[in-house]
Amino acid sequence: MSSCPECTTAVPVAAQARVTSIVMCPSCEAELEVVGVEPVMLALAPELEEDFGE
Amino acid sequence: MMMSEATDGVLAVLTSRVRLEEDLILRALERRRIRYEHVDERQVSVALDGPRARYRGVLNRIMSHTRSVYAARLFEAQGIPVLNPSRVIETCGDKIHTSVALAAAGLPTPRTVVALTPRAALAAIEQVGYPAVLKPAVGSWGRLLAKVNDRDAAEALIEHRQSLAAPVHQVFYVQEYVDKRGRDIRAIVLGDEVVAAIHRRSEHWITNTARGATAEVCELTPELVKLTRLAATAVGGGAVAVDLIERADGELLVNEVNHTMEFHGLVAATGLDLADRLVGYLQEVLPP
Repeated sequence: MSSCPECTTAVPVAAQARVTSIVMCPSCEAELEVVGVEPVMLALAPELEEDFGE
Repeated sequence: MMMSEATDGVLAVLTSRVRLEEDLILRALERRRIRYEHVDERQVSVALDGPRARYRGVLNRIMSHTRSVYAARLFEAQGIPVLNPSRVIETCGDKIHTSVALAAAGLPTPRTVVALTPRAALAAIEQVGYPAVLKPAVGSWGRLLAKVNDRDAAEALIEHRQSLAAPVHQVFYVQEYVDKRGRDIRAIVLGDEVVAAIHRRSEHWITNTARGATAEVCELTPELVKLTRLAATAVGGGAVAVDLIERADGELLVNEVNHTMEFHGLVAATGLDLADRLVGYLQEVLPP
């Protein structure tokens, strides 16, 4: 299990997660981006930008 | 961006992040055994005189309005169809463009006034009347929406807006505040078909699932289907989510149209496999 780069808590990541999937740290609630899957590696997700939307 | 033979005839799925929606779409593609390449927008650069990508089409799920428009234009310039087309993204991604398109089609919307400068903003707000709603022209999820109850609030908001750097914030998009009975409607359109709708309900006047609104199934009445379809057509068609509100007397108004629809709330409320429906629509409109 990978750990949160922000608070070091172990973060569960679903087996089917993909690179660029977003997961939430269960402890500090930081948004994390899956940057590798074998092994799973996590990084802080990029901030939402001002013109992000749907 | 890779321009290899591996891209020949495959679908490109452009993403900023793989959220629930993108994950469901990629899984639907895999279930249908449709060849695709997942393209992270951060890797994209296109030389205009370089080799052409040979994708059969592009599904654009970029979350940045600015980059979404440019990406669509770049691929379209290479002769590759993009869903949604750039003209739809341009129209839907800017509320002023959307309102102009809806008004040109003669569709009912909340009363809207646009002021091009802070100097003209107060008069625009008072033309609409209090309470009014101020929205940024670009953006989603209810961010920077303001309900303006009186002149004091209007003056403060205009001053605060002037401290924001982006020029778009110096343009004021003002709408009447509609008492929508604590809910709005989101209706999904794929081409000519309105496939589903939900009510989004909240105690807060901003009824957005990104802001905690709850979703319930909404009946597709003939009136709702007709207006939703007309709204989608007015912005150029494609795969869009039309947001509508009801006045207290039941009159339906088109509020906005979204070009990169989020649908986690709708899927949870309706059980509809919308990702699969979207992929099915892609297969219909893209070349084989």
